[in-house]
Amino acid sequence: MKLHVNNISFAYKNGTPALQNITFHTHEGDILAIVGQNGSGKSTLLKCLNRILKIKTGSIMIDNTPIQSFATNYLSRIIAYIPQTEEYIPGLNVFDTVLLGRKPYIRHTPTPQDLETVTQLLNRLELEKIAMRNLNTLSGGQQQRVFIARALAQQPKILLLDEPIANLDINKQMQVMKLLQQLTEEGMTIILTIHDINMAARFCNKALMLKLGELFASGRDSVYTPENIQTLYDTQVDILHHNNRIYVIPK
Amino acid sequence: MHSDTITLYKKYRSGKRRFILITFLLLTLLCFIALMTGSHSIGYEEILQLIQGEGMELTRQIIFNIRLPRIIGATLTGALLSLSGAVMQIVLRNPLASPYTLGISNAAACGAACGIVFSGYAPFSLITPYSITLSAFVGSLIGLTIILFIIRLKQASVETIVLSGIIINALFGAGIAVIQYLADNIQLASIVFWNFGDLGRSDWNKLISLSIVTLPAIVYFYLKRWDYKALSAGDDYAKSIGVTPQHTRIISMVITSLCTAVAVSFFGVIAFVGLVVPHIVQKFTGANEEFLILGSATFGSMFLLLCDTVARAIIAPVILPVGILTSFIGVPLFLFLLIRKKTI
Repeated sequence: MKLHVNNISFAYKNGTPALQNITFHTHEGDILAIVGQNGSGKSTLLKCLNRILKIKTGSIMIDNTPIQSFATNYLSRIIAYIPQTEEYIPGLNVFDTVLLGRKPYIRHTPTPQDLETVTQLLNRLELEKIAMRNLNTLSGGQQQRVFIARALAQQPKILLLDEPIANLDINKQMQVMKLLQQLTEEGMTIILTIHDINMAARFCNKALMLKLGELFASGRDSVYTPENIQTLYDTQVDILHHNNRIYVIPK
Repeated sequence: MHSDTITLYKKYRSGKRRFILITFLLLTLLCFIALMTGSHSIGYEEILQLIQGEGMELTRQIIFNIRLPRIIGATLTGALLSLSGAVMQIVLRNPLASPYTLGISNAAACGAACGIVFSGYAPFSLITPYSITLSAFVGSLIGLTIILFIIRLKQASVETIVLSGIIINALFGAGIAVIQYLADNIQLASIVFWNFGDLGRSDWNKLISLSIVTLPAIVYFYLKRWDYKALSAGDDYAKSIGVTPQHTRIISMVITSLCTAVAVSFFGVIAFVGLVVPHIVQKFTGANEEFLILGSATFGSMFLLLCDTVARAIIAPVILPVGILTSFIGVPLFLFLLIRKKTI
C-alpha cells in the first residue's frame, strides 16, 4: 500500500506545535526510519499516521484515500502500531496477548481461524514454548517479539513501531531488525522511530530526519552526512562506507 | 505443533472456567446452608417438603419471605459490588480502585441520606423508595464526576486515586454529618441504621430492581471484555485497534456507579467487597479480564453470602449487619494480599 503524507501539522492542546509541514511517502516494502532528538516529534508523527492523534492541517492518504474516511475497525486492519513502552504490562499470557491483535476481526468470540493465525505467528516468532507464560514474566526481548506478533495478528499492510529496539541488547536488536526486514520483503511497509543511527542506516531504506517538529532532511543513504547529523544531534561524526554499508562514528 | 499449542490454550482456558464453575457450585451449596441457618433452625427435609408444596406455614413464611430474599439479595449485591470493583480496577488500571475506596459508596450514601431526609418534601415523594435510589445515584454520579475530573487533571496513578478517594470520602462524610444534623429523630435513626450495610432489608420488589441492574451489567461488562483487554495495554494501543478509551472508561464508570448506587440505596454501605474480591479472583484466574469479570461476579456472590450467613449465625439470635463483617474480614484479607504481593 502506498502512504502519502502531505504537508501535515499537529499541535497539542496547549498550542505548542509538535509537527509542522511534514511531507513524505512510502511504498510497499519500504522500511522508513524516523530519526531525531528526544522531543523532535517522532512519536507524535507515528501517532498521527494511524489517527491516534488528529492532524490539524494537511492530509494522510493510503492508496489515494484519506485515512479520515476509513472506518476505525478497517483502519486497524490496515495499520498496526506498537507503542514505545507498554504503559502497563498486562498479566495476560503470551497467547492471549497475541490474540488481542485479532480484535479488529473478532465479533464476540475468537474463531478457530483466529486461534490458527495466532499459533502460526507464535511459531514464526519462536514463541510457542512460552505461549502460556505471563507477559510480565518475560524478558524485554521476548516481550518485544510478543508485541510484534500481536501487531502481525492484525494482518496489517503498514506497521508502525515506536522505538522497537530501545532497551534491548545488541543481539536482540539485530533479531528484531532482521525480522522487520523480513516482513518488508513480504510487501509490508514499516515505519519506525529509532535513536540508533547505525541501525537505521543498516536496515532502513529510507530515513526522515526531524528537528523540533520540522522535516529537516529525508531520502535514502544520502541523508547520512556529517553535516546533517551535526545539525540533527549537535554532535560531530565521521561517516564511513564499508562493504556498501554506512557507519556513523562520533568523533 | 500448531494443534498442540491450541490444545494447550484450550486446557489453560478450561482451568479458568473450572474455577468459575466451582465457585458457582459452592454458591449453590452455600444457598442451601444459608436457607437452613438462622435463629429458627430449619432442616433440609423441611426444605425438600416445601419444594414439593408441603411443610409448615411458619417454615414457608420464614423461607420465602425472609431467608430466600435475603440470600438472593446477598448473591446479587455481592455480584454487583465485586463486578463494579473489578471493572473500576480494569478501566482505571488501578488495583486500589473500588466503589468504597473511590468514595462512590459514600457519595451514594450521602445522596441516599438526602433522599431519606428531603424526599418527603419533594414532588417525587410518591415514587419512594425509588426516589432514594435516584438520589443515591445522583450522589454517586457527583462522586464519579469529581474522580474523573481529578484523573483528567493528574492522571490515574495509584497515589492520585487513593488521594481522591480520601478526599471524596471526607467530603461526603461531612455531607452525611450535615444531613444527620438536620434530620429529625426518625430520619436520623433510619440514616444511621441504613449506613450499617444490612441485607435484612431485602424483599422481592428490591430483588426485581437489583436483577434489572445486575444481569444487564454482567452481560454488558462481559461483552466489553475485549475493549478492557485493549485498555490494559494502554490508551494509545487501544486506540490503534479501534477502541475509544475515554468513551469506554466513562460509560463503564457510569454503569458501575449505577450498580453501586442501587446496592447502596437498598442495603447501605457494604465495604471492601468490591476491593478484595477481584484481588482474590485474580489469584486464580490471572489478570485475564474475561475470567476476572465472570469470576468476580460468582465469587463476589459467594463471598457476600458467606459473610451474611456468618453474620446471622455468629451471635444468633442477634443478626450482625453484614457491612460490619465485610469490613472486619476485608481489611485483614486485603492487608494479607498486599503483603504477599509486595507491590501493588
